[in-house]
Amino acid sequence: MFKRSVLPVLTVLGVIMALWYAACIPMNSAWTIQQLERSGETMTVSEHIADTWAQERPRLPAPHQVAAELWDTTVMKKITSKKSLIYHGWITLSATLLGFGIGTTLGVLLAVGIVHSRAMDMSVMPWAIVSQTIPIIAIAPMIIVVLYSIGVQGMLPKAIISAYLSFFPVVVGMVKGLRSPDAMQLDLLRTYSANKSQSFWKLRLPASVPYLFASLKIGVAASLVGAIVGELPTGAVRGLGARLLAGSYYGQTIQIWSALFAAAILAAGLVALIGLLERVTLRRMGERP
Amino acid sequence: MVSNLIISAQNLDLTFQTNDGPVHALKDVSLEIGKGEFVSFIGPSGCGKTTFLRCIAGLEQPTGGQISVNGMTPDEARKARAYGYVFQAAGLYPWRTIGGNIKLPLEVMGFSKAEQAERVARVMDLVDLSGFQKKFPWQLSGGMQQRASIARALAFDADILLMDEPFGALDEIVRDHLNEQLLALWARTEKTIGFVTHSIPEAVYLSTKIVVMSPRPGRITDVIDSPLPRERPLDIRDSKEFIEIAHRVRDGLRAGHQDDV
Ligand SMILES: Nc1ncnc2c1ncn2[C@@H]1O[C@H](COP(=O)(O)OP(=O)(O)O)[C@@H](O)[C@H]1O
Ligand SMILES: [Mg+2]
Repeated sequence: MFKRSVLPVLTVLGVIMALWYAACIPMNSAWTIQQLERSGETMTVSEHIADTWAQERPRLPAPHQVAAELWDTTVMKKITSKKSLIYHGWITLSATLLGFGIGTTLGVLLAVGIVHSRAMDMSVMPWAIVSQTIPIIAIAPMIIVVLYSIGVQGMLPKAIISAYLSFFPVVVGMVKGLRSPDAMQLDLLRTYSANKSQSFWKLRLPASVPYLFASLKIGVAASLVGAIVGELPTGAVRGLGARLLAGSYYGQTIQIWSALFAAAILAAGLVALIGLLERVTLRRMGERP
Repeated sequence: MVSNLIISAQNLDLTFQTNDGPVHALKDVSLEIGKGEFVSFIGPSGCGKTTFLRCIAGLEQPTGGQISVNGMTPDEARKARAYGYVFQAAGLYPWRTIGGNIKLPLEVMGFSKAEQAERVARVMDLVDLSGFQKKFPWQLSGGMQQRASIARALAFDADILLMDEPFGALDEIVRDHLNEQLLALWARTEKTIGFVTHSIPEAVYLSTKIVVMSPRPGRITDVIDSPLPRERPLDIRDSKEFIEIAHRVRDGLRAGHQDDV
């Protein structure tokens, strides 16, 4: 079991690494050549290749450079330091979690409304869909500017952008989940003269739980994207988005890549956490192991 | 006249309006069912068996005629907890244990916690499922699941049990066994049972009254009062009376089909 899942993963990882190192050579060669021309020195081919993997500001940093930067900015720095990725990661994570909470709550409430009211079904769903067709990059600065003008800044605007992205998968999943009981199951409750709220708590809601978890996994990743995007337009100085932005201002490609990886690791961790919660919950709800 | 009238339908009509035009599901259906009877409805699919049962349960509104259950309208009867309904699929909630599933109607109807527990234990014993209370549905066979769904319908002490092809999806050996158990349960509880099937032996074996129906429009073509005794071992199916009734049912079904062609 272990071997079967680990071996393919390691193989894929190895291939990606090889391709990555290979790609660094043409990407960074120009700089090496330029330096050589300036100094008039010469290099062997292997020295040349080694140089493309060891530049300070490469166009494409090599994997070990990104890894070293990640190590240096997490383990080697105090977490209160402005140079610590854990510090910046926490700034982004806290906005992500707040936004995810708001988005999920909103999404569930909208779904409940949509399932119970025909008027809401007709009116809310189209707007929810429209809201997602507008590029978040266009909306984010407006949200931040508007909120800033009424004195709201810091974590909340980012969380709202986060919520804006994460409520949608929750609405869609929950509407489907709340509608998943078939006619027979609804008829059964009718034979007990059950009212709407009993049908909701005893049938619709439990039936929607698997759908909810599927949505939450998408929603939490979207929340993280929202929080990072929310850090870009303000020129924020804290958060993973700020690290991305600062890195690109100063041509610190290694910093950009390590911030990207930190974001990816964070997203993977959040999704895995929800996956774990899903397994525990569904097992408790009698899911077949 | 039937003594102790429980269910009475007079000239019942039901037409469904569908996109392909009206479907005449029930036409001029009149039937009386007395207390403690075991009535089977048999006929080809689409002849309105389910629709008629749903009319009794108040799940479907007839477009003509009268129907009364315990002297009330089906809606009132349902609110008075007159019947338990068993569907073809057991339809147990996968997230509830067997005990939890049987408790469902009791929770909805607002029984006290203590009474819920007491009733669940009692009906689980009645369908021979004691000891499976904490199991989840997927841990039970199809036959056991259907027994659990019968227990669920019995839990709130309705006098009438309406069953729509409850054993239709089960294999014959399990079905024989459940039929025997159902008869024992009927004898012990003195319920009035309405039972939809399309198996002739099942209908004859179980019923005190067999209602033969035919399609397009759905109507009753024959009502047979069974001369078989209430006490019925499985081998009664080899007796002369049994075979005679089975013949009459088959003839009724065939006649229904002929004027359809
Ligand atoms: N809700 C409905 N809407 C439209 N047509 C229906 C509906 N329910 C049943 N019918 C039609 O009514 C007829 C009788 O159906 P049903 O009572 O389910 O038959 P049976 O249970 O004997 O197989 C069928 O032609 C069926 O297609
Ligand atoms: Mg049917």
